[in-house]
Formats: sequence, structure tokens, C-alpha cells
Amino acid sequence: MIRQPGFYTIFWREMLSIRKKFVKFFAGSLVMPALYLVTFGWGLGRGMNVQGLDYLVFVLPGIIALSAMNNSFSGVAITLNISKLYYRTIEEILVSPVGPWSIAFGRALAGCFKGLFSAGLLIGISFYLHVQITYTLSFFLILFLTCFVFASLGVLAAMLARSHEYMTNFTNFVILPMAFLSGTFFPPDRLPEPFPTLIMIYPLTHAALSLRSIVAGEGIPWVSFTVLLLYAGVLFFLGGKAVGRLEL
Amino acid sequence: MIQAENLTKRFGRLTAVDRLNLSIPRGEIFGLLGPNGAGKTTTIRMLTTLAKITEGRAMIHGFDVSRAPIQVKRVIGVAPQGLNLEIELTAEENLEYHGRLHRMPRRERRRRISELLRFSDLEAKRKVPVDRFSGGMKRRLLIARALMHRPRILFLDEPTVGLDPQIRRKIWGLIEELKSQGITVLLTTHYIEEAEALCEKVGILRKGKLIALDSPARLKENVGAYAVECNNKNGCEIHFCRTREEAVAYAGRLQIDVTIRHTNLEDVFLQLTGEKIHE
Ligand SMILES: Nc1ncnc2c1ncn2[C@@H]1O[C@H](COP(=O)(O)OP(=O)(O)OP(=O)(O)O)[C@@H](O)[C@H]1O
Ligand SMILES: [Mg+2]
Repeated sequence: MIRQPGFYTIFWREMLSIRKKFVKFFAGSLVMPALYLVTFGWGLGRGMNVQGLDYLVFVLPGIIALSAMNNSFSGVAITLNISKLYYRTIEEILVSPVGPWSIAFGRALAGCFKGLFSAGLLIGISFYLHVQITYTLSFFLILFLTCFVFASLGVLAAMLARSHEYMTNFTNFVILPMAFLSGTFFPPDRLPEPFPTLIMIYPLTHAALSLRSIVAGEGIPWVSFTVLLLYAGVLFFLGGKAVGRLEL
Repeated sequence: MIQAENLTKRFGRLTAVDRLNLSIPRGEIFGLLGPNGAGKTTTIRMLTTLAKITEGRAMIHGFDVSRAPIQVKRVIGVAPQGLNLEIELTAEENLEYHGRLHRMPRRERRRRISELLRFSDLEAKRKVPVDRFSGGMKRRLLIARALMHRPRILFLDEPTVGLDPQIRRKIWGLIEELKSQGITVLLTTHYIEEAEALCEKVGILRKGKLIALDSPARLKENVGAYAVECNNKNGCEIHFCRTREEAVAYAGRLQIDVTIRHTNLEDVFLQLTGEKIHE
């Protein structure tokens, strides 16, 4: 008899929600990346060249990273926060034998799914637009790692949140600046010092750098990869700990 | 089955539960009765691992709640005061989800879901999303869900709050059925009739302290089995008598209209605290 592990049940529950509201989910995953693409890809960058590349080719990996971040972060943070503060459905999990690490992992995986899904949509659009990018295995590896970093951050943020405003503030003060400053839309060295150095603290910077490097055929930059790996480990650890300490 | 020794919960300076001692044997239906804010929910939250115990300790089915939470969670079922069902899921899916959380094998889940939908009279609602349920239906599903993994001990926090008498009786019926299955039930309530109708033993909780602990009959006997109630301008005065004769004699000496009735747990609370449970 196969008994599914605890994290899979948590993941399964989230997938069930997605299946039930698939159209909404689909549209929701599409809106933001599509807007970014239209704004920065066409509106701003048509005919422009950056680092010797067509701007669209340059900006697309950044937008993919950004979209992966947004969807995996909010895909976890918002629903988990609501289930904690409003519906209290998290208590149903907390009185079951599924432990905190399984809860964190199941949720993080569901966040990864959401992030990868939106990234997948963008990749689909890029094919449709005939953007000259080849997606390799290492591209998807970095993408997954990026999603895992931000899904874990979502778990952590939701566990720390004491109110719905907390989440809004977290998005405004942490996620939004990261979205715009991390070299997603422009090469980081365009900024005056000390910004190019400072933004190296952002995991999204390393995600965008890595994806861009892979797309340019230069392979995985190992420093960025290590940074992402560290972020994934640390944030997941903190997230799991926070789930274990949760008391409503 | 359930044992608490000096169980205490403090929130900052507030002592929500104050050195509670309980010992509930297997198969008993035990009621915690008390007004709003007495600490009923907090007690349940500690016993079910949701709230950290500040002081003292609790044992469930031989497991220490603080030290072996996972083992405790395997044997308890919890129906919280707030209805925390997954409202976008159907009745069936809610039970399925619970079964998976408890790692029940698939065939067992299927069988149990049908059994519980029958038990809670929700078969017709099997495929209906819970956000279309009435309050009574949700409450029944909540109890069914708590029973899904065949727990030995069931915690019901205000299982009939806000429901009309007819539905309340239906839920009482469900709870009584559990007794025949040997399940230990700890329920909280601030309804007098509920505690009297269902519970073999009642603990009366006030401001975090257990002020009485006995069977409803004994609690009432201690106060006096009969109550003589007289309505005067200043409200209501109650006099308790040991026997019927005593009550009649007392009533005869009064010059005003009186009612003679059996004592209830409300009287017990009044006698112990000088306050009413419901003001
Ligand atoms: N998380 C918390 N933080 C601070 N105080 C709390 C918390 N939870 C409960 N309390 C306080 O503890 C006391 C007991 O609350 P509890 O919810 O256990 O009462 P109750 O008997 O269940 O009441 P009710 O009948 O209203 O459900 C109350 O004074 C309440 O304000
Ligand atoms: Mg309560």
C-alpha cells in the first residue's frame, strides 16, 4: 500500500485549488508577465540594443526571472497568510501528523509550480514572437532554483505576518524594489556605484544574471548559482522553523 | 485518556487557564462549561498541541502533549470553534484531504468518506462546495471530518453554537452515537442544556479556573435539587431546597407568585459565583 508523504498532501491540496480555478489561475499568471513584456519589450525597447543583443532577447530572461519570483512568492505568501489569519485552515494541518518541514516543503513546491507555470507561459509567448532564445536544461535548473528561493521566502513571510497589511508592506518594501533594481530590465552596471554592488545581495539579481548568461551560451555562473543555492537553503530553513514555531 | 496537571496558559499578564487538573477516562463525554472568555478554547488548544503550554503538563492517550505532539495528533480529532473547513472544496474533498493528511490508505479513505457522509446525513451534499452549506451542515461536516481518521479522542469546541434547537438535537444525537463507539469526547459549551443532556461529567470553568467538577446530577444535588424562583420588582430571586416538600413549604410561606422547578447547571454556576453564565 502506497501512502503519500505529508508534503505531497500539502502540494496536492494546492493543485486541487488550481484545477478548480484554472481559468482564473491561467489568466492571473499571464497578466503581469504580459504587461512587462509589452511595456519593456515593445513599448520601451523596440529596436534597441543592449550588450550587443536585441533588447527583447536581453530583457526576456530578466522578465522570466521576475515573473517566476512574483508568482512563486505571492502564490505561497498570499494564500498561506489567508489560510493562517482568515480561514484558519492551517490549523487543520497543524493538528494532523504532518510536520512543519513537510508543510513548508509542500507549500514551497506548490509555489514553484506557480512560478514555473508563469515562466512557461512567457517562454511560450517568446516562441510565438520568434525571439531567438534556446532554452537549455541549465536554464530550467536555475529557473526552478529561483522559484524555490522565492516560494520559501513566501512561506517565511506568511509565517511572520501578523496582519494582512504586513504582507502588503513586505511586497512594497522587499519584493517591489528587488523587481526593479535587480538588473531585470537593464544591465546592473548602468546604475551608479554603490548600486551595482549593493544589488548583488538580491537573489533575483543572480537569477537574472544566470539566466542571461545561460541564454548567451556562457553557461551557469557558479558564483550566482552558489548564492541562489544558499538563499534556497537558508530561506527554506527559516520558513520551516517559522512553521514549527507558529502559534495562533 | 486525557489528563491535565496544573495546566496553565498565560498570554502576557493574563492567565487564560489557571492550574487546571483534569482526568477523563476512556469513553466518557466530558463537558467544559463556562461563560465567554473562561478559557475553554485555550484549554482545548493546549490539549491539541495548537497552543504551547506555559506551565504544567497534559497527557493524551499516554503521550505527553508537549514532548510527543505527533503521536498525540494521530489519536485526536479536533472540531474547532471557528469553522475552518476548506470552503472551496466539496464535502467529499474536505474529508479526502483530511484522510490524506492522516496518511490513510486510499481504499480506507473511500470507505470512511461514505460512512461519515451517511453518519452526518450529508450524502446529498457529497459534491457540493462547502461555501454553499448552511451553518448546521458545516458543523456536521466539521465533526465528520474530525472523525475521519478514527480518532480515539475527540475535541469539540462549541459544537452547536449559533444553531437552532432542531439542528442542535441532531448534533447531540451524533455525539451520543460516538459514546457507543468508545470514543472519549471533550466538548465545550456555554449552553446549560447541552452539558446536562450530553455530559457524564462537567467541569465548570470561570476566569481560567476550574471551580467545580462532577456529574451534572451531583453538582445539582449539592446546590439543592429544587429551586423556588420568585419574580419581584428587582428581578428574580432563587431559593434552593433539598427536597420537594421543603420547596413547597418554603413557597407556601411566601406571599407572591413563585415557580418551583428542578435545579439546573445555570443555578449551580450562580450559586458558585454569584453570577449568571449568560448575563
Ligand atoms: N492568542 C491570544 N492572545 C491573547 N489573549 C488571548 C488569546 N487567546 C485567548 N486569549 C484570552 O484568553 C481568555 C480565554 O479565552 P478563550 O478563547 O479560551 O475563552 P472561551 O472560554 O473559549 O470563550 P468563548 O466562549 O467566547 O469561546 C480570554 O480573556 C481571551 O481574551
Ligand atoms: Mg471558545
